[in-house]
Amino acid sequence: MPVERVEGVHLGKTPEEVEEEVERGLLLTRLDRAVGWARKQSMWPASFGLACCAIEMMSTGAGRYDISRWGMELFRASPRQADLMIVAGRVSQKMAPVLRRIYDQMPEPKWVISMGVCASAGGMFTNYAIVQGVDTIVPVDIYVPGCPPKPEMLMFGILSLHKKVRTEVPFK
Amino acid sequence: MSPAEIAERVRSRFSDVAVARGEVTVIVAREELLETLTFLRADELLRLDFLSCVTATDWPGKDPRFWVDYELKSVELHHRLRVKVGLAETDAHIPSVTGLFPTADWLEREVFDFYGVVFDGHPELTRILLPDDWEGHPLLKTEELGGVNTRFVGAFIPPVDRRDAK
Amino acid sequence: MIINMGPQHPSTHGVLRLLLELDGEQVIACKPIIGYLHTGIEKNTEYRSWMQGVTFVTRADYLSPFFNELAYCLAVEKLLGIQAPPRAQVLRVMFNELNRISSHLVYLATGGLELGAVSVMLYGFREREVLMDVFESATGLRMNHAYIRIGGVIMDLNEEGESKIYNFLNVMPGRIDELETLLDENPIWIERNRGVGMLSADEALALGVTGPTLRAAGVAMDIRRDAPYSGYETYGFEVITETGADAYSRYRVRMREMRESMKIVRQCLERLAEPGPVMVEDPKVAWPAKLSVGPDGIGNDPAYIQHIMEESMEALIHHFKMVTEGVAVPAGEVYQAVESPRGELGMYVVSSGEHRPYRVKIRDPSFVNLQALPKMLEGGLVADAIAAIASLDPVMGGVDR
Repeated sequence: MPVERVEGVHLGKTPEEVEEEVERGLLLTRLDRAVGWARKQSMWPASFGLACCAIEMMSTGAGRYDISRWGMELFRASPRQADLMIVAGRVSQKMAPVLRRIYDQMPEPKWVISMGVCASAGGMFTNYAIVQGVDTIVPVDIYVPGCPPKPEMLMFGILSLHKKVRTEVPFK
Repeated sequence: MSPAEIAERVRSRFSDVAVARGEVTVIVAREELLETLTFLRADELLRLDFLSCVTATDWPGKDPRFWVDYELKSVELHHRLRVKVGLAETDAHIPSVTGLFPTADWLEREVFDFYGVVFDGHPELTRILLPDDWEGHPLLKTEELGGVNTRFVGAFIPPVDRRDAK
Repeated sequence: MIINMGPQHPSTHGVLRLLLELDGEQVIACKPIIGYLHTGIEKNTEYRSWMQGVTFVTRADYLSPFFNELAYCLAVEKLLGIQAPPRAQVLRVMFNELNRISSHLVYLATGGLELGAVSVMLYGFREREVLMDVFESATGLRMNHAYIRIGGVIMDLNEEGESKIYNFLNVMPGRIDELETLLDENPIWIERNRGVGMLSADEALALGVTGPTLRAAGVAMDIRRDAPYSGYETYGFEVITETGADAYSRYRVRMREMRESMKIVRQCLERLAEPGPVMVEDPKVAWPAKLSVGPDGIGNDPAYIQHIMEESMEALIHHFKMVTEGVAVPAGEVYQAVESPRGELGMYVVSSGEHRPYRVKIRDPSFVNLQALPKMLEGGLVADAIAAIASLDPVMGGVDR
């Protein structure tokens, strides 16, 4: 948890006194940061595998890359139990309404990772069948490039999202 | 059987037989299609009893415009043969072969979806790969590659060659 | 009761949607609805050069990329009237067979996961990662390799890749034993698979079903043996058949096929002792760029870049012409089939004599096999639907293309 090293102004204490207090087991933080931290620690992805990238997403979940190191191995089948949607693969015109519906079914707060170049911008499939970027349907937080991205790249994307979730201000 | 032998055997019944690159092609009229496939399947030397593939090609400005193509194979004798039927642009109808080969069901629906060729007598000739409300048949040569309206936001994304390089 | 299974469902191998009509637990009618991954690959190839076609078709059935590439390249080579050099053919066969193993492993992993055997999923992916390492070392990519090109393969097998294949061959037999010990006589696995998703030989042939599903019904149909390509007639291997015609037999066929594939890979490695070119000599066909392994992975060979940029104007012009315009293929049409992990993968390629294909039709085995699903499910229990789909092993990228 990010510890706030306040200069003692709020509490009327000198920095030495604050230090002493921390040593006694008291952590001080802002509420929004605590919320952000909690959200980041308990992120459950909705399994939304579409194409090649889905296989790499499964590899990320399997033994070698082991996404459970961040407590994310629980790919939820129901969107109502998930707060992260990894759009893994090309989104066709026929799939687009389904994708939006699943996104709408996810409870707030929710985040979206667009995995692979097809989901991000249509990729090499600039044609009638593929939606040219999933960000025309749902808001995207992190774009992971690659065709398909290696599991390392997806993990980097996930960690970047963690950083974003941890630092963003949940209350306005 | 070698391709030449197959061609010889088929030629005894059909006139328009070609051998190219080791592949035998028989061109028949639309009315003869079912009869042809029945004969090829029943013939004891050919025994073409497995339908691998049904597909079509589009040649705009030519007559016939569509060529529907049936790839046949013999399960026991391992040889192949192609049957082709030409269809005019104004009358793109062809009898369905699902009665002879149930496997043609989805393959014919795909051709209908992509090219708009109508298979008469097909049990359920509807779109298969594209959404039900899709307009047009995307694999026609007269159709463009891309530039389809994306749903929900109304964004129009033009094909690559017409995109503004900003 | 009519229920809708999919298209976003954890147990349908991707974005397959099934309309199931149920009477209690029993399936009365089943209607598969596909197209949720329709990518327009066939249309796209018509707008790109012949060589770029490899990059498109490899993404159709993404679990068997080498097979798509091989079928496409063989078809184009047939149109051109050329043959890849012997060493390239051996490499093609070897990577195809390695790919067959990795594809069957994904079948096992996802099929296991769907039936609740999470450990099988973890083991399957563990084994597959060993193969992914091989592919990455040898081709530069884990998936969608574009390794097999018109006229040969893009680069020779490097030492790292070769040693990894040897390592794989040492490790894998024990791992298959392990999986068989885990599953073969596992009461739950047998209970969920035996007698499930029955499809007799006659029904399978009428519906156009090929591959392990057909062989599990006792029909020894294998294009590698029936109509050999790339020199398969010179390799010793068995066509595996079982007689159960159910999901369990399909599992057994795949397990035994993995061992046969390893047998072929061993023979390939012996043949690779002899050096030779991996791309045809004809400069009108061969891809000009050379690849090599550098400190940062696989990329353009520095010596070749120096050659075209500094030494030879002619080479540069030639390179430019090949990359921008590519091969011109004589007019005609061919149909080339290969035996993919899921059955007969055919490519119907039409050329009008230009620098790009006129039509590329991918006859994907998953697409045709999936038609048999209503036949397999109707009359059974809804819980068995999952096992039946898994035993068919459809890949939606191939179904919808």
